[in-house]
Order: sequence, then structure tokens, then C-alpha cells
Amino acid sequence: MSKFNKKKTDMPAVNTASLPDIVFMLLFFFMVTTTMREVELKIKEPKLPEATEVKKLKEKNLVSFIYVGKSKKGVKGDRIQLNDKISTVNDIKNFILAKRESVAPSDKNRLTTSIKADIGSEVGTIYDIKEKLRDINALKINYSAREVQRK
Amino acid sequence: MARRDIPEINAGSMADIAFLLLIFFLVTTTMNVDAGIPRKLPERQPPTENPPKIKEKNLFLVMLNRQGEILVEGNQYMKVDEIKDAAVKFLDNGGGVDKDGNKCDYCKGRKDPTSSDHPKKAVISIGSARGTSYGDYLAVQNELVRAYNELRDREADALYGMSFKDLKEQADNSDSSASRREAYKEKVKKIKEMYPMILSEQEPLK
Repeated sequence: MSKFNKKKTDMPAVNTASLPDIVFMLLFFFMVTTTMREVELKIKEPKLPEATEVKKLKEKNLVSFIYVGKSKKGVKGDRIQLNDKISTVNDIKNFILAKRESVAPSDKNRLTTSIKADIGSEVGTIYDIKEKLRDINALKINYSAREVQRK
Repeated sequence: MARRDIPEINAGSMADIAFLLLIFFLVTTTMNVDAGIPRKLPERQPPTENPPKIKEKNLFLVMLNRQGEILVEGNQYMKVDEIKDAAVKFLDNGGGVDKDGNKCDYCKGRKDPTSSDHPKKAVISIGSARGTSYGDYLAVQNELVRAYNELRDREADALYGMSFKDLKEQADNSDSSASRREAYKEKVKKIKEMYPMILSEQEPLK
């Protein structure tokens, strides 16, 4: 019996006092680095233009995002992404109307469309998008840009 | 029996290390905030409606081709950073009267009769080609907004002693009372009326 007891006390216990700290650290790390993007980009990540006169977008739930950029597979021309699939300009109408349905009626005229377009996109593509938005009276837009300070 | 000799690792500083790492990541990781140039698209007009007639002198035309070259007023090549001053000069000219017959008494321009009549009448028009790169296009847009902001800042400073940006911030400030916000909104509106942003866009050329 005494032999049995001795064996147990000989094992040095692993100190677990710092385990919570490590776990919390990991938790915070992931909380901080995770970007709040709901959609996965199917096009190449657009390189946004730089601008000085920008305004920050508030109320993210009232914003629909239209991504414009180059294809990942090397297809020529600009690609448009709505939600999480590559679309054409003709899908914009339904995309915006669906967004309109999802918000409270009082917020309907506060909806904004943010165009996140790559610096190398063509103005023609952007113009086509804007024409489609005008067709359904979604007039508030925002040309997404990175804020830089004036030198 | 040799095992008993292993000293326990001092874990007291583990928490400090963890916090140090946490703070390091907090400081170095930037949350990307969505920002951009806001714009209101023009409403669709019924096809029977005649487009408003604008005098040549009240129109400031900026053309942008697919090489990123900029032509202003049809006769001057400019670099992007020169547009702002040219636009300010045009907007602030105040050579005539607005549609109610009022002179622009706050304009500090040259009062040139061949340039714009009144800031309320001055229209800036942007022409581009379909193949123009979006980066160049937005750089021009940004410079034009900057021209308006410069003029609005000047008037906001003269009338209320603060910049236009601060006025707008105060109007949005949720910490202050509703009546205070309303007062600032009124001021913002007044400045915007003095220099209304009238940007027109032409269909990009093929």
C-alpha cells in the first residue's frame, strides 16, 4: 500500500494555472483579426482606389455591396460579384430589390449601395452598374475607397 | 527517485506574456473600416422631358480618356492635382446672378463675365471613355469633391468659425441634444446651399 502511494506523489503535476490566459489570448486574437465580411470573394480582391474626401459608411445593415474586379481564372474583362456569386449587371435589379425587402419600410430610403471596384476596372462597367441602379431608383451610392491623408 | 528533483516551472509570468501578446495584436491589427466617396445618382427623367439648358460659361467640362489624360474645358491638359484649383476658380467666379437675380456676395473669384454666373448655376460635367480606368476616374471625382469642400470650408469658417467637416460631425453627434443637432443641420444645409454640388456625368464614350 505504501508503495502505491509513493508512486502517485512522485508525478509532478502540470501547472494549468496559465491555461486560461492562453485560451483567452487565442480567443482575443481571433476576434480581432477576423474581418466581418459575410461574403467570400469569388473575384480577385479588388485593390481600392485612394481618396482623401471620403466619408465613413455607417449602418452596415443598410448597405449592399457590389464588388467589381478581375476574374480569378484569368477570364478577360471585369467581373461583378453580388452576395457570394459572380453575376452580370442584369442581376443587380433583383439583388437590390431583395435587399429592400429585407429591411424595415422606414429604412428603405436610407439604403446605400457601395461599389467596391478595383482600381483597374473600366469606367464603362461602373457606368452600366449605375444605370441599372437608376432604373430601380437606388440612387444613393458610395464609391468605396481607402482613406489617405493629404500630403 | 530522480524525478522528484525536477523543479516546477514558474508560471506566474505566463499571464503577463499572454497579455503582452494580446496587446501587441490589438495594436498592430487594423479593423478595415468601409469608407468611400458618397454620391447621389440622378433620377430617371421621363423621355418627354427636355434636358435643362445650361449656358456654355456655366459648364466646367472635365474629360478623361483611357490613357488617363485629362482635358479641362476642351482646351487645357491638366494633371490630377491641378483640377482642384481650376474647379475652385470656376465655381467661385460669381460673374453674374443666380436664377432669382441675386449676385454672389460671398464669392471671392474674379467676377469674370465669361466664366460661371453663380455657384448655384455652375455645373461640373465629367466625360470619360468606357475604357478609362476606374482609379483615374475616382481620382478626378475626389479632386472635384475637394474643390467643393474647400469652398464650403471657407464659408463655414467665415460664418460659424469651424470647418464644414466639423459642422457635419456636430450634426451627426449622437451625444448632444436633438435641438443642438438640428441647429447644426441647419448650418450644414445653409453652407450646402451656398455651394451646391452639381456634378453631371456623360455616358462614357465607346
